[in-house]
Amino acid sequence: MEFILLGLGRWLHVMAGVMWIGLLYYFNFVQVDALKAAAADNSGAGITRHVAPRALFYFRWAALVTWLAGAMILGKHFLDAFLFLQAAYYPIGVGAWLGTIMLFNVWVLIWPNQKKILGIVAATDEEKNKARRLAFLASRTNTMLSMPMLFFMSASGGVFRTAIFG
Amino acid sequence: MKNPLDSLWGTVISGLVLTLILYNIIKFAMQ
Repeated sequence: MEFILLGLGRWLHVMAGVMWIGLLYYFNFVQVDALKAAAADNSGAGITRHVAPRALFYFRWAALVTWLAGAMILGKHFLDAFLFLQAAYYPIGVGAWLGTIMLFNVWVLIWPNQKKILGIVAATDEEKNKARRLAFLASRTNTMLSMPMLFFMSASGGVFRTAIFG
Repeated sequence: MKNPLDSLWGTVISGLVLTLILYNIIKFAMQ
């Protein structure tokens, strides 16, 4: 049982996390500037029509799988981490909270607004502009939060926690 | 004041600063 929960669970958590944060960095480091450049010669339609919807599909589902696998790994220590009940779980608690806020941003702010931007749901031009700004800021917020999140995730166990937090 | 999240560098620097702040809080709390 431990092999499934901890071994396979952690493997799944890391693989889904790489896909989630990898696509987050793709959006922020590549696609935002690519769309700005494409606006100059009207060549961005291919990105918004063919690339963005596919990237967003894997992005939002990878986010959910990452969180669920993370919760599975925490198991009986879920509350120790989220409620900061034991000092040893403080670092993973911070990582878990940051990841949870990021998951919220994906499903409550980024995805519903991207649906308006990409024309998956009907929206006026004014609504689209507002959605564009909200989705952008939520995505940038997640990029910012990903840095401490990854730090605390990688600093939360065994020899790494001892080396970093004493 | 300009929103630091509007630029990529502003976002990365904000992330580093936040990491440093949270690290010090948690290190202090664990002592």
